[in-house]
Amino acid sequence: MSDTFEAVAEVIADVSDIEKSEITLDSHTINDLGIDSLDFLDITYAIDKRFGIKMPVEQWMEDVNEGRAEAEHFFVMKNLCARIDELVAAKA
Amino acid sequence: MRLEYFQMIDRIETLDLGEGRIVCRAVVPERSTIFEGHFPGQPLLPGVLMVETMAQSAGYLVLAKNGFSRMPLLAKIEQAKLRNFVEPRSALTVECELLHEGSGFAVTKGQIRHDGQRVADAEIRFRTMPFPSDDLRALLIETARGVGMDADALPVEAAVGA
Repeated sequence: MSDTFEAVAEVIADVSDIEKSEITLDSHTINDLGIDSLDFLDITYAIDKRFGIKMPVEQWMEDVNEGRAEAEHFFVMKNLCARIDELVAAKA
Repeated sequence: MRLEYFQMIDRIETLDLGEGRIVCRAVVPERSTIFEGHFPGQPLLPGVLMVETMAQSAGYLVLAKNGFSRMPLLAKIEQAKLRNFVEPRSALTVECELLHEGSGFAVTKGQIRHDGQRVADAEIRFRTMPFPSDDLRALLIETARGVGMDADALPVEAAVGA
């Protein structure tokens, strides 16, 4: 998890104007960090490449919009990293 | 090219869905109102239209890859280089490849060649979204068919109707 967090925070800092030091495990990527949809697209691409996965962001959004999950389940940093770890594990 | 209709691609020459690659032909018209302003007495294809030409070519590739289920919309242009001038009557070869098909987006790389020389290249990213209407989807399928998209690359219902 900590390696994943470091990598994801690095990606976010690289793509957006957010300082890496501002990003914590409890940061909500949209509500707290204010990442917009275009930057999120770039971040998703960078994470996909870095971890060799395809983050199912659209499915996540659908789950949130349909009330099947809370946005925090996907978009708070510690949970986002957990989802990434799950995708990496599923790939192995 | 039908510049006034923003239709940049004349013909799809090659479409390889397995390799994620497309090659298109685009011929710059001899006359266009665009050349009256860009530039008087010295007509040149505007650089933004070179980028649009790569985007439309890559767009056909993304559409074919996703079976015309989602519409690619230009989201980002990276590392665009406009290396040379393009004059009226130039026959351009537009080559694009799919670098990554993500969830709700696609990343492509394109280049334009003229007389064997590279005149432009860029990485082009698209959001891919549900079509806003069935009519628009049908229109894009027809346009793709009109520029020579192979029936194998068209949605089943369109291929049957061909």
